[in-house]
Amino acid sequence: MSMLHIVNKSPFERGTLDSCLKTSKDGCAVLLIEDGVVGAIKNSNFADQLASAMPAKQVYVLEPDLNARGFTKDDIIDGIKTVDYSGFVDLTTENDNVQSWV
Amino acid sequence: MEAWEEGDNPMKKFMFVNRKAPYGTVYALESLEVVLISAAFDQDVSLAFVDDGVYQLKKDQNTDGIGMKNFSPTYRALGDYDITKLFVEQESLTERGLTLDDLMALTYEDEDDDWAEKPSIQVVTRAELADLMDEQHVLISS
Repeated sequence: MSMLHIVNKSPFERGTLDSCLKTSKDGCAVLLIEDGVVGAIKNSNFADQLASAMPAKQVYVLEPDLNARGFTKDDIIDGIKTVDYSGFVDLTTENDNVQSWV
Repeated sequence: MEAWEEGDNPMKKFMFVNRKAPYGTVYALESLEVVLISAAFDQDVSLAFVDDGVYQLKKDQNTDGIGMKNFSPTYRALGDYDITKLFVEQESLTERGLTLDDLMALTYEDEDDDWAEKPSIQVVTRAELADLMDEQHVLISS
């Protein structure tokens, strides 16, 4: 079973990214949206944890949410892929199941 | 003359403590609205940006893709309302991989110094911010 995990809260504010990374299995997809996108930024206190989850887990970040917060592709950890809203929809259909870490 | 009327109006120190990222919740925008209202009362107002609140001042915010109003340019107007003290906690920036260069260059014109343009943002340590908070009469958190 392939699973898409969605994280929408900042890792500095909530423990949901940590829970997601600890509970998800290799081969899954992790999508960061809304305030969750700040977890994808280079050189933050959470960068090493997220970087070490890859490439076993493929991490995506929703680009419109990234841009809203003043960041671009250049600011995110190497290996993380950006998606737009249609890419978000594709991820939900490509995976068998979705877990939202609200 | 009533106590609240001009002439017998002890100026109080108000600090707005911002701890939330913009857009994901409405806290940042709501706080900014209240800050602008507070400017009408001629008090000693300062803003603190701590924890995820530092993201509110990130430069180059572009909300075209999310269908929400980009309210970050409003911070540029604070100087015109005599709100000239924006304290950003150094530790919060560092934890997030950010530096002062990643924030908007906010300035105000100092009427006591021939309207010289000066930076509104002051980066302070956690200990310095604790002292600043300790000096306040009123703290308003968001």
